[in-house]
Amino acid sequence: MQKKEDITMNKKILTLFVALAASMSAFAQANISPAKAQAKKVILLGGVVHTGNGTVINNGYVVFEKGKITGVGDATTVKFATNDAELVNINGKHVYPGFIAPVNTVGLVEFESVKATLDFQEIGNLNPHIRSLVAYNTDSKIPATLRSNGVLMAQIRPSGGSISGSSSVVQLDAWNWEDAAVKTDDGMHVNWPVTPRFRGFGGRPGFSAESFAERTQAAIAELTAFFEEAKAYNEGPKPAETNTRMAAMAKLFKGEQKLYISANTQKDIVAAVNFAKKFNLTPVIIGGSEAYLITDFLKQNNVAVIVNQPHSLPTNIDDDVNMPYKNAAILYNAGVTVAISIENFWQQRNLPFMAGTVATWGLDKEKALQTITLNTAKILGIEKTAGSLEVGKDATLFISTGDALDMRTNKIEKAFIQGRDINLDNLHKQLDKKFSDKYGIK
Amino acid sequence: MKKILLALALVFSTVIAFAQQTFPVNGSFDVRSGQYAFTNANIVVNANQTISNGTLLIKNQVIQSVGTGTTIPKGYVVIDLKGKYIYPSLIDAFTSYGVPVDPSASGRGGFGGQRQSVFTTQKKGAYNWNAAIRPETEVRTIFSIDSKKADELRKAGFGSVNVINRDGIARGTSAAVTLNDEFEHKVILKDQTAANYSFSKGSSTNDYPTSLMGSIALLRQTYLDAAWYKNQKEEYNISLDEFNKQQGLPQIFEADGWANILRADKIAKEFGKQYIIKAGGDEYQRIDAVKATGASLIVPVAYPKAYDVEDPAEARNVTLAQMKAWEMAASNPGVLEKAGVNFALTAFGLDNSREFWANIRTAIENGLTEKQALLAVTEVPAKMLGISDKVGSIEKGKLANFLITSDNLFKSSNIIHENWVQGKRYIVNKMDVSDLKGVYNLNVDGVGALTLKITGPTAASIERTGADSVKTTATLGRNGDWVTLSFNLKKNPKGDVRLTGYISSESPIAMKGEAALSDGSEGKWTATFKEAGKEMPKRDEQKPALAANGPLIYPFQSFGNEVLPKAESVLLKNATVWTNEKDGVLQNADVLLENGKIKAVGKNLAAGAAKVIDATGKHITPGIIDEHSHIAGSGGINEGAQSVSSEVRIGDIINSEDVNIYRQLAGGVTTSQILHGSANPIGGQSQLIKLRWGKLPEELKFAGADGFIKFALGENVKQSNFGSGQRFPVTRMGVEQTFVDAFTRAKDYEAALKVKGNNVRRDLELDALVEILNNKRFITCHSYVQSEINMLMHVADSLGFKINTFTHILEGYKVADKMKAQGIAASTFSDWWAYKFEVAEAIPYNGKIMHNVGITTAFNSDDAEMARRLNQEAGKAVLYGGVPEEEALKFVTLNPAKMLHIDDKVGSLKAGKDADVVIWSDNPLSIYAKAEKTFVDGVLYWDMEKDAQKLKQQQAERARLVQKMIDSKNKGGRTQRPMGTTSTLYNCETASDYSNGFEAINAEEGGHHHE
Repeated sequence: MQKKEDITMNKKILTLFVALAASMSAFAQANISPAKAQAKKVILLGGVVHTGNGTVINNGYVVFEKGKITGVGDATTVKFATNDAELVNINGKHVYPGFIAPVNTVGLVEFESVKATLDFQEIGNLNPHIRSLVAYNTDSKIPATLRSNGVLMAQIRPSGGSISGSSSVVQLDAWNWEDAAVKTDDGMHVNWPVTPRFRGFGGRPGFSAESFAERTQAAIAELTAFFEEAKAYNEGPKPAETNTRMAAMAKLFKGEQKLYISANTQKDIVAAVNFAKKFNLTPVIIGGSEAYLITDFLKQNNVAVIVNQPHSLPTNIDDDVNMPYKNAAILYNAGVTVAISIENFWQQRNLPFMAGTVATWGLDKEKALQTITLNTAKILGIEKTAGSLEVGKDATLFISTGDALDMRTNKIEKAFIQGRDINLDNLHKQLDKKFSDKYGIK
Repeated sequence: MKKILLALALVFSTVIAFAQQTFPVNGSFDVRSGQYAFTNANIVVNANQTISNGTLLIKNQVIQSVGTGTTIPKGYVVIDLKGKYIYPSLIDAFTSYGVPVDPSASGRGGFGGQRQSVFTTQKKGAYNWNAAIRPETEVRTIFSIDSKKADELRKAGFGSVNVINRDGIARGTSAAVTLNDEFEHKVILKDQTAANYSFSKGSSTNDYPTSLMGSIALLRQTYLDAAWYKNQKEEYNISLDEFNKQQGLPQIFEADGWANILRADKIAKEFGKQYIIKAGGDEYQRIDAVKATGASLIVPVAYPKAYDVEDPAEARNVTLAQMKAWEMAASNPGVLEKAGVNFALTAFGLDNSREFWANIRTAIENGLTEKQALLAVTEVPAKMLGISDKVGSIEKGKLANFLITSDNLFKSSNIIHENWVQGKRYIVNKMDVSDLKGVYNLNVDGVGALTLKITGPTAASIERTGADSVKTTATLGRNGDWVTLSFNLKKNPKGDVRLTGYISSESPIAMKGEAALSDGSEGKWTATFKEAGKEMPKRDEQKPALAANGPLIYPFQSFGNEVLPKAESVLLKNATVWTNEKDGVLQNADVLLENGKIKAVGKNLAAGAAKVIDATGKHITPGIIDEHSHIAGSGGINEGAQSVSSEVRIGDIINSEDVNIYRQLAGGVTTSQILHGSANPIGGQSQLIKLRWGKLPEELKFAGADGFIKFALGENVKQSNFGSGQRFPVTRMGVEQTFVDAFTRAKDYEAALKVKGNNVRRDLELDALVEILNNKRFITCHSYVQSEINMLMHVADSLGFKINTFTHILEGYKVADKMKAQGIAASTFSDWWAYKFEVAEAIPYNGKIMHNVGITTAFNSDDAEMARRLNQEAGKAVLYGGVPEEEALKFVTLNPAKMLHIDDKVGSLKAGKDADVVIWSDNPLSIYAKAEKTFVDGVLYWDMEKDAQKLKQQQAERARLVQKMIDSKNKGGRTQRPMGTTSTLYNCETASDYSNGFEAINAEEGGHHHE
């Protein structure tokens, strides 16, 4: 579809090319194919390079070859030989590492209300043997809509129960889930048992705060017992009768898998961390809506937090109305490793703006960028290959004409996953074109 | 004898003339004259008159005389009450005594549940179609004496009560009864005291109504049905017949809280009624509005318990409003008194009537006068119930219903000795038996000398000094003069020592009797009074919530104001001003606000007397308008049990205390259209509000705006994703016919109304549709896919009505040309899709395409969270499709104003328009923009700086209240465990079941839902 020799350092021609690519790709979604492996070195020259590690190079370059970044730096003084490379002039534009959306169900659900399309929650309370990767649907229409906003990788995870199972990290341009996998079974997901909250009238007849607290305690006890037995199971000689659930915990106890615990209130977070410590595990806290209240505790225990959905209402009626916007910034500024996630699946395309909000409410922009790039990569354990524009890492990155954290200026012209020049078309652009053509409007 | 009885019968209504006269007796008759003389008493005749050293004569159940210097005729039993008091027995105007308490239907699913739907009543007979309308219920026919409950109430001092069958919206008649427990025939004082109402459907198994607004609509329609019924000959209807017959009685309405008081009163006024309202106890929060209803109230003294807040993490789960309500609840009766509201007090809502006195005393400590307290439990309720001729004061000819007390009724040391009801003596605390408290020398055969300490009615301890020194508790029992005591000294002797005996001397107290030891030996014991015991500090009942209360805030919620902010004259200087007018975006421009209006927009405006705010570097825009919102509602946002519910009105259920109002002001929102949900094709009437934080519900309403109504299409109305799918329609085919049928009926109805002399049943449902047909009410229709959008446009054409706005309209881009041709506006989401099948082809370019085709296009929230960031959603019109920024901002300001027909007042910055203005820190379409100040009508309701101060003050106020609750707990006050609450959040699809004041919401916790 695209011819590499068309690309020159001439900005006008580049623009023309982008327009051409867009019009040529106006086929049905089924024809949006995963891109081929990088054949030629690519040099992005002259733009604002947001490295993702906190630094920004105003007139920078990024070079990548065979899918890996081979050079990043200041373009003011450098000269490139262009005979063996595509040179892309990005003057006035921005380069970012691909955004990483953790803790979601992309590819595991197509329509939220249609049961046949739901593949993220199994029956049962203790499901460590459940693995999300095998249900990841690369033909889902969702991923293409995320790529268009700069989200190029995702951690997909099962949900439900006390132990939901294993997540995996995928890149969003693949033929099948094997291709997609960046890190298989990266983490085990636990939902800390919580006492439900009530709306409005403040309670339900026949239930007391005490009865709910008891139920919660029972669930915690069940979870603890399972962890204890699973640990013993995996340390001892293999028993005559295999327990697949307990066997599935082996990677976690061996340190080959991270432990993610969803918890929101300060009490639950503390309890969850202390629970993990009993098993010599350092958990990552998911949710963390009250994490800002216990930054010291989190730091002392070296616990990272994936703050869920900064665009949320405050937990309590009395809370600062802007608290959810500020939470991640408070954590970051206190020295806690923090990343950002969004609920569900299609919503992931708003991930950049969540980071924008974090920047609005107390965090330096480049640091806010880290909460959806390098920090996420560190938490997920993929920082050696992803999360920032640094030599040796995968060339998973994109070019935006403006600040990608702001919907006003986010405009992704080009994106690469592992050096592959991916197709940025999607169902929505196609339908836009179809009907704009019908009405004869732009 | 018989003559006297007959004479009595004439004095009283025949109802209480001894009905047992008609009953045969198995054996010899035992008829007594019941003649008693109470002498030397302080007789509190009523709240205004006390007779010292008086004499009360009663005969049978009637007071013969009250006064001093009375000659006591022969044949009277004389009871000397020297130093004691006589009070009229108390009256409770609101009880469920002797009828089933708290009826509610078992297995009722409400709309959205899984069971078979119940459309019309399952009650056999010629009754109302809806079982919540049950005025045929008469307490006199279902009442039976409940001795246990009567005993509990009498111990608290009550002598008569009004009995209400608390079941349904129209509940039928209540009856006044005494707490005499002899014979139903005797105790019924008045067979029909009042007609009763509520907003709760009680045991009705009907699906309808599922919401508070549905209850209100049903009651309204019932008034109209009853009026029609009088003049028709087509049908017989017991319920409507009874409803009409009861209109001459006092009308008692059970409402919980001031908001429902105002709602009930509004209905009353619409139909020329004045309700007596059973209040919730929070009237102090909005006392002026409550007073303005002119309603007499029946007020509970059931105060909230303190929360256990020792754990700061748990304390976070208690809201400021909950804490303040705990602190201020006891001031409610005093506040009502000061305001001059006529009210009675009720023990209703207390776990046990025992708490009544402690709570009344707390109310007195918090401002209620003793006189008013007495009135509120005697004469006021008597008058409300029309039984003043029989009870409420100690006067000749009235019933012998009175209390004998040790002291002033309101003193905490007072003891109620006896409660006489209809001349029958009920002993509460014996007058003549000594208090046994004290220290005794106890001697038991075979055990030796011990010390006995009696500290309470059943509490005692035993002590032995010397060689076998021991200290142990003992169990004390007492029945009149008979005393039992058991204890275990562990050794010498081993095992239990059990004593039984009697009080052998009263002054000083001595006891003696038989002792039994565990080895089987028996002997004698004696106890002689040694000295008075030292008073142990006792764990008091609920501690008074102290007089020093924090300030009232409006609304009674976090971020409320002690004083409501007023409209200011302000000059906003030197900003980037987005006018939404021909001038476009002005750089370095000013906006002048005066008297709630925009006075001028332009460069270098003169401030005059106005306060100047330097807005250099800032952006100023008109306030955000949310065309599709579900905040600030109560009791459910969907009335989905029927496919047509145009009779319900969101305006009836506005909740001014919803914190989301404040949160949205913080996002620059100034006007919101509160819509009915999307559970049925024809939903309810919408309410446009301005976010005037702190004002009353009625004051939030956007004055002079056109009425709107919510329609809906697609998966929700056909119940694809919830419920049992029992209600018509379940396909888009049926949806069409729902509209066709409804509007066809509306046209026939309108025609029938025009025929002179027709007795047409007023139908609120059709009235709303007739308004639509006459362009007096406008449609906002929830819609998704092109087929259904097209369908409704055709239905509208063929039946002669107009569609004003399609909301959601996510496939609007597919039929934009048709919508444009019809002049229909579009209010959509920026980028939502994939949450259900009908949004499979929803695209974020929808807004852009519709806008470019020439449709008035808006972005809305349908979500309390997203509403805070509608400016950013408008920014997505730039992201997806490159809508020019100025036009994009109009998606959330001027365009919604146009489709709501209020663009003459709001939506742009122009002299003469309402001063609804936002100051942003940055370009308003940017993620980096914060709303720094939000004005509504020139009133600064959101100010980022003031908010920071408020948060600090709030923290200090919380800390003070937490400390006070901890103190209360340490002093023995009862506490409850905090339970996390969040504000009630509704969206289109929220289905709820509103009954008994409890709202079960059928929706997931948290998260974002758009339907």
